[in-house]
Amino acid sequence: MTAETQAKPATELGRARLRKEDARLVTGKTNWTDNIVLPGMLHVAFLRSPLAHAKITRVDVSRALQSPGVIAAFSGADFADEQGSLPCAWPVTPDIVIPAHPPMATDEVRYVGEAVACVVARDRYEAADALEAIDVDYEPLPPVLDIRTALDESSPKVHEAGNKSFEWVFGGGDIDAAFRDAPVVLERNYRQQRLIPSAMEPRAVVGWNEGEEFTLWSATQIPHVLRVMLALVTGIPEHNLRVIAPDVGGGFGSKLQVCAEEVLALLISRKVGRPVKWTESRSEGNLTVHHGRDQWQRIKVAADRDGRLRGLSVDLLADMGAYLMLVTPGVPLLGAFMYNSIYKMDALSFRCTGVFTTKMPTDAYRGAGRPEATFAIERIMDDLAFELGIEPLELRERNWIKHEEFPYTTIAGLTYDSGNYEAATAKAKELFRYDELRVEQEQRRDSHDPIQLGIGISTYTEMCGLAPSRVLGSLAYGAGGWEHASIRMLPTGKVEVVTGSSAHGQGHETAWSQIVADKLGVPFEDVRVLHGDTQVSPKGMDTYGSRSLTVGGVAVHGACEKVIVKAKVIASAMLEAPPEEIEFAAGTFSVRGSDGVGKTIQEIALATFAAHALPDGVEPNIDSDATYDPDNFSYPHGTHLCATEIDTETGEVKIRSYVAVDDVGNVVNPLIVDGQVHGGLAQGIAQALFEEAIYDDEGNLTTTTMADYLLPSAADLPHFTTDRTQTPATTNPLGVKGVGEAGTIASTPAVVNSIIDGLRHYGIRDIVMPCTPERVWRALKAARDSGPGTQIIGDSATDSHGTVGHVSGEDAAQAHGSDAAPSNGGQALGGAE
Amino acid sequence: MTRITVKVDGVSYEDDVEPRLLLVHYLRERVGKTGTPIGCDTSNCGACTVHLDGVSVKSCSVLAVQADGSEVTTIEGLANGEWHPLQQAFHSEHALQCGYCTPGMIMAAADLLRENPDPSDQEIREGLEGNLCRCTGYENIVRAVRRAAETGVTSA
Repeated sequence: MTAETQAKPATELGRARLRKEDARLVTGKTNWTDNIVLPGMLHVAFLRSPLAHAKITRVDVSRALQSPGVIAAFSGADFADEQGSLPCAWPVTPDIVIPAHPPMATDEVRYVGEAVACVVARDRYEAADALEAIDVDYEPLPPVLDIRTALDESSPKVHEAGNKSFEWVFGGGDIDAAFRDAPVVLERNYRQQRLIPSAMEPRAVVGWNEGEEFTLWSATQIPHVLRVMLALVTGIPEHNLRVIAPDVGGGFGSKLQVCAEEVLALLISRKVGRPVKWTESRSEGNLTVHHGRDQWQRIKVAADRDGRLRGLSVDLLADMGAYLMLVTPGVPLLGAFMYNSIYKMDALSFRCTGVFTTKMPTDAYRGAGRPEATFAIERIMDDLAFELGIEPLELRERNWIKHEEFPYTTIAGLTYDSGNYEAATAKAKELFRYDELRVEQEQRRDSHDPIQLGIGISTYTEMCGLAPSRVLGSLAYGAGGWEHASIRMLPTGKVEVVTGSSAHGQGHETAWSQIVADKLGVPFEDVRVLHGDTQVSPKGMDTYGSRSLTVGGVAVHGACEKVIVKAKVIASAMLEAPPEEIEFAAGTFSVRGSDGVGKTIQEIALATFAAHALPDGVEPNIDSDATYDPDNFSYPHGTHLCATEIDTETGEVKIRSYVAVDDVGNVVNPLIVDGQVHGGLAQGIAQALFEEAIYDDEGNLTTTTMADYLLPSAADLPHFTTDRTQTPATTNPLGVKGVGEAGTIASTPAVVNSIIDGLRHYGIRDIVMPCTPERVWRALKAARDSGPGTQIIGDSATDSHGTVGHVSGEDAAQAHGSDAAPSNGGQALGGAE
Repeated sequence: MTRITVKVDGVSYEDDVEPRLLLVHYLRERVGKTGTPIGCDTSNCGACTVHLDGVSVKSCSVLAVQADGSEVTTIEGLANGEWHPLQQAFHSEHALQCGYCTPGMIMAAADLLRENPDPSDQEIREGLEGNLCRCTGYENIVRAVRRAAETGVTSA
């Protein structure tokens, strides 16, 4: 071997390549949707409902038409015949109620922010000015804000059909047997507050209709799905519709949607005959980008005295908001399979009721159903450990699936292909200095230190890499879970990769280049990745659910394999040897035993371009496509440990150290994997400590700006210690598992467990998220006021719809005696069902 | 309309603007400097940070008329032939994912290093408190700013 080939790393996979995407992003040469300017382009502004629930009795846009620069103004009635209904692609039960959801309201508004009219003007200032000249008369109707009372007979109705959308049940094993005579039963109620995904790039769309052709640029995660859905909703023929996702500034699920404004941009452009742009303001976005979470979780566990889990029963109320959007009803159900997490048990029962309210619809937000499930199981495992007097990591280990037991079919019916919970936990404990921190914690307790130390544990797994199409079909999901890729071998030896994944920060241009460079033996720099435009990349299922590498990346790998198979036929002819004697390694085809001398894949590509001397019957083309449909989900796992310092005088919580050891199987690019974990941690920690979308008693969102909705800054977050164990997936040829959501799924319970662990000796058993200084302080005050031996199980100051305020200290934390009734959300120990 | 004279990334412009026109809209829509994005409209996120006469400002909270007679540097004018050390450091440390906050983050970091050429990690975190990132958890942003400080960065 020459020195040059020795210097080349053996493999591209696993290499910390710096990203190809960065050059345009660090220099400001980006192509965000809001940057797009087209000849004659007009600007759209929407007038939005100021009421949570009302009949629209009159809309008059005539005065707005007199405003300077205004070209047109429309109300819902103007679109009534063409706007269709925004789609819900996941009808989870046969009898689910899916109300009509017009992109622009015509008769009734059901949440604050719903569009009721719009102005089309020469520039964005003129459009905004003219909104004030639109007259709308409303007849107010009562809002519906509390999913716990929305199903009562006496509740006002969001829709004529009532406030219940669906009830979905699921289970495995004999749940009655598991709870019958169980020595230990514990029940908890947890609140998953409503969150606002808050991608940094606000939504923006540009719609352009010219003749029969329609083009939509949108800040979307899902150009392919969007194209199909827009065609179905508007009747615009799919082959006349092109959807482009240019540079997209984050999504986290929020841009996995078919938005009213996307539909309307196309229709408005058709009406005015010019391209139109709409870019949301942040407050508009907080009101009208779908929200996440918003559930009440009732979880009950049955166990033996030695801590062995017998069964788990889960009953969810999930706030759908006012309508069902793209995957709204399916989100809480994704958690159904994850409540049992990494643990073995005899039975699981799950029930979810989807409830309508007069609030912004909920839908996918990073983790989508799985963070909620992981939170509940990891929180109750800590409580169970305490009640049984078992060390919390020890309790987990007694129940988790051992590494030698994989593949393992869980009580939820999923087959986890691989994992090593022992290894990840051992590594995390060492990095965290777990035993030393436990000693310090004891010392602080004993000395009544005003700063108490909490140690939080989260041992998690999750199901991602959405998903086997057959499984999605069995869950009534409206699409498949495959992904598509094409490899185009250019005559000069360069390679184009067309992917159906649609990156918006994930680094696919870099990672896919690594996969292709590794597989085809071409230089990393010679690979170009194309995506995000249905005319360039005609087939795809897009990016969400930590699916891009495990499905899209594997499709790229599969397309490379097909290129090699095709190229081998031509190499065989060029090298004058039978195909079975041709080997391919490091980008070169050679005859076995010929010491690697042969034809490079670039030479083969050029040979197909000239096509002068190809064997008879061989197509002059080695380009290849692959569509990969996974056999199984991907199951990353890990152990997260969080140390918090809790100021018992002010209630302030400070994360002192955070260790995340994740196992995402084989790693293509460790820089990107670490980055995904970091960002995931930030969002999960933010749910635990900072973020909450709050509606007031009239259904007004009060957290409409970033001054009110508290995204963490650098000063609010700690340094993260991240490490990995590597247990390859056995279900795909790359051995990779998803990583995009893992940090978010794992971290929320780690933080809250840490806070409760630090305050458990005060009798505190739960604090509702976000654990703000006020809530922590109130829990401590309630504990002190109630005296020793009392258990503080939550913050009932958080009322029905997640609002906080006007509470007395007494309300702030329910204090129950240790014999509190289990149905009351308190603790119950030793009571058989 | 008010006439203003502004130098943006080294080029002088003279324009008639509405007094209410925000500097960020002036930069993006009149001068064509779309490298500076808008994230929140309320000066919380810092995505629109630029330098006004060498000091970082959030251009969504400055009127174009306030920039009259001033010099504005955007992310597009930061590099001088080759990348600014902060641009290089953000790339090297993988301090960006979607990249939407990156122009503002880099411009704010440049101002931070101008004031404090050798900040501690905690000083970096506090110095960038006015710039929000939703992707990175800030871990690698802190590293990038430290790397740029170590490699020596002069005021932009």
